[in-house]
Amino acid sequence: MTELPRLPASGGCRDTPILKQRGQREVFCGLTGIIWLHRKMQDAFFLVIGSRTCAHLLQSAAGVMIFAEPRFGTAILEETDLAGLADAQDELDKVVAELLARRPDIKQLFLVGSCPSEVIKLDLAKAAERMTQTHAPHVRVLNFSGSGIETTFTQGEDACLASMVPVLPETKDRQLLLVGALPDVVEEQAIGLLEAMGIGPIKVLPAPRVDDDLGVGENTVYALTQPFLGDTHDALTRRGARHLPAPFPFGEEGTTQWLAAIASEFGVSPELFETVTAAPRARACKAIAQAAETLNGKSIFFFPDSQLEIPLARFLTRECGMDAIEVGAPFIHKGIVGPDLDLMTTGPTLSEGQDVDLQLDRAIAAQPDLTVCGLGLANPLEAQGLATKWAIELVFTPVHFYEQAGDLAGLFSRPIRRADLLKLEAAE
Amino acid sequence: MKLTVWTYEGPPHVGAMRVATGMTGLHYVLHAPQGDTYADLLFTMIERRDHRPPVTYTTFQARDLGADTANLFKTAAQDAYDRFEPEAIIVGASCTAELIQDDPGGMAETMGLPVPVIPLELPSYQRKENFGADETFFQIVKTLAKPMARTAQITANLIGPTALGFRHRDDIQEVTALLSDMGISVNVVAPMTSSPSDIARMGAAHFNVLMYPETAESAARWMERELDQPYTKVVPIGVGATRDFIAEVAAITGRDAYLDTSRLRLPWYSKSVDSTYLTGKRVFVFGDGTHVLAAARVARDEMGFEVVGMGCYNREMARPVRAAAKEMGLTATITDDYLEVERVIEALQPEMILGTQMERHIGKRLGIPCAVISAPVHVQDFPARYSPQMGIEGANVLFDTWVHPLVMGLEEHLLHMFREDFEFHDAAGPSHHGGHAPNPTADGGPAPQTPRGISGERKDEAGAVIWLDAAERELKKIPFFVRGKARRNTENFAAERGVAEISVDTLYEAKAHFAR
Repeated sequence: MTELPRLPASGGCRDTPILKQRGQREVFCGLTGIIWLHRKMQDAFFLVIGSRTCAHLLQSAAGVMIFAEPRFGTAILEETDLAGLADAQDELDKVVAELLARRPDIKQLFLVGSCPSEVIKLDLAKAAERMTQTHAPHVRVLNFSGSGIETTFTQGEDACLASMVPVLPETKDRQLLLVGALPDVVEEQAIGLLEAMGIGPIKVLPAPRVDDDLGVGENTVYALTQPFLGDTHDALTRRGARHLPAPFPFGEEGTTQWLAAIASEFGVSPELFETVTAAPRARACKAIAQAAETLNGKSIFFFPDSQLEIPLARFLTRECGMDAIEVGAPFIHKGIVGPDLDLMTTGPTLSEGQDVDLQLDRAIAAQPDLTVCGLGLANPLEAQGLATKWAIELVFTPVHFYEQAGDLAGLFSRPIRRADLLKLEAAE
Repeated sequence: MKLTVWTYEGPPHVGAMRVATGMTGLHYVLHAPQGDTYADLLFTMIERRDHRPPVTYTTFQARDLGADTANLFKTAAQDAYDRFEPEAIIVGASCTAELIQDDPGGMAETMGLPVPVIPLELPSYQRKENFGADETFFQIVKTLAKPMARTAQITANLIGPTALGFRHRDDIQEVTALLSDMGISVNVVAPMTSSPSDIARMGAAHFNVLMYPETAESAARWMERELDQPYTKVVPIGVGATRDFIAEVAAITGRDAYLDTSRLRLPWYSKSVDSTYLTGKRVFVFGDGTHVLAAARVARDEMGFEVVGMGCYNREMARPVRAAAKEMGLTATITDDYLEVERVIEALQPEMILGTQMERHIGKRLGIPCAVISAPVHVQDFPARYSPQMGIEGANVLFDTWVHPLVMGLEEHLLHMFREDFEFHDAAGPSHHGGHAPNPTADGGPAPQTPRGISGERKDEAGAVIWLDAAERELKKIPFFVRGKARRNTENFAAERGVAEISVDTLYEAKAHFAR
């Protein structure tokens, strides 16, 4: 295959002790994933069973209101539902019947659990089963939890995909499954590269439509495109599918290693691999080099957000010359990000979970050149003189694979370049 | 259970956050799961605040539920006190914590914190954001404000402004100037800009200016009763209302009414001949009750528009809005369901909407210009420039803001005259919006093209009437901003007369019939 990656001389970060603190977490709940999932799955509707807070979050999370054809909504629990005056299951049947009557284009309906629905123990699994029977074969009804008491931000996508795995048909076919919701352009690039190596058939979870002939079985191998898919990973393993562990496809190196893990499984020759990847690799290196001029030698501090933090820190330290001070993630799943940890030089603090006040103290003391954090923290940190990068943009922007590697580096270099460009202080 | 896509108001604890974030020296300990912290970004992103809201979230998880969420609350409250050392603390529960019934208020009171602890009861499953703000401010005032000697000079408290309020920042400045011109100074502005110790000295003012009934009416009533402070009932938005406000302040204080009109431009701008084209423009007004009441009056009396519909999303203001609508010969739309608002707008086919960001999007979809007059807020509602709604400058701002989305008078005529011009055609939109936009959008992003399926089939009531080809071609020659109305009027005209086919003659007969 291709040359082995340079492993850090000091050893990787896989065995670095992880700092775990418990306190206020400044993160989104899993409902936020609906913002991109509902665009990806074009025949799906996401119905949150929750409170006004849930509806307000969905409206506010993306920073703007997405008014074009929302395929999500909230069934807001009211006093009568909580007091048991109305049977919540009957109420839900009514809301769903009304919704499906108005939206005949809906083929999959996700009942999404929230903090309130879980606290009152509203059984959405039972509801989904009942509704699937009522509305079969036209609509498939599934359920998952996006609640803040169970899930953090991107774990909502994980819970959604994991809920789909048990109902996938069984297949004995030898196939590659790419797992994770990616922007279409990025997904097509990945499939293009793999097909050029003669790898196939290639399937994608989530499929854009429910009637796509997606099955799973013991001859399925799968590659994760996102690092936050722990439950989906477990669910696929239970169906007999086999995981191809690899660093995540961020940057030239990550993409090459990720492709190489798949190519090796499918017996692709080193020559063919080289032929297919040489040109895009060169383009990626060139594009990264431009942003790396700004990033080289700069320090970076990650607040926990999307679980992309470790693969991104690997990319920024190895390909852009940055120094990581702290890499915080909501969860660190070593079975999934292990290969990325192996590549990272020891040094940065790895932290899991959060006590935001203590973590802010550490960030202020460290004075990083760039701080990656959520929208609630960014402006307050900027006001204290720290350059910041909104973490949510990393989830909403095409950043995977070769052709986006330069864009990914650019997302980090732009705040630093901007800080240098602005001449806002009074002349001396 | 109620299916909701977009909401005008957040939950009541967000209202409490608006009060806390506007103040200094106050901290809010909120019993809430992780994820509820999303509300921080409303303040740091939409309003561009440079500080985190003073809120500590207890962040309980599923595994805590069977164990000890109560202790988690106490730890969080103690840590928050130690770290932030506030002058007072408000405590409450978000929607989820309300269900687990830990009684944060009771627990906090037993902790022996050396500052006032104010418990909040905000029923998340019944009430909404404005109630939360109003109730929180009321509880703070009730706990901290005491009767005391009046200031020697006549002073007023300005009450109602909060964080994330629609132009509150600039309205404070404008109202302060109005009072100052009458020799009245401001004692305390609250909740925004005040600290708990400022609240404690509110009793020194001679009266209260209730700027926003949505967020401070309960406090105003309490202070009238307990501190013997009258409060103003007129909200000074628009020229007439500002004059009425000055008269009201004069009556309360015994000072001479005085209004410096040297910077007031709205009346002349509205009289100047260029504004003739505003005459009788059919407008629909929707938002929070306070801004709708003011806007409807300005629209009719100061701009010469015809108000064809009005309403508000906050039920607390239903009564005065219904009364004002009745006085204009209308039935008010009182709803927090934006799909219903959209249906009303679609049916009324106004030439302009004075609404919220939600109506701005409805307007984009229907091709109707919209000016924003009320919360819910968007990042655009926090302009860098001074842009009040109240007082003299507020009136000037209203004129500019409302006229901006419209096609100007002469331009409107030119569009009529040269309707086939390849550059100056109706799809180009008003020229001061950068010209060749594919769609007439007020300002902001591209108009969503897809019909939203959730509202179901578009109504096509006049489906029985057929447009003949020539009439359809003639209709297309009518500029876009009146075409919807022309189509609807013609179809109604035809339907009323039992005409099944619309010809060019029918079109012009209808035009003559509806001419005003």
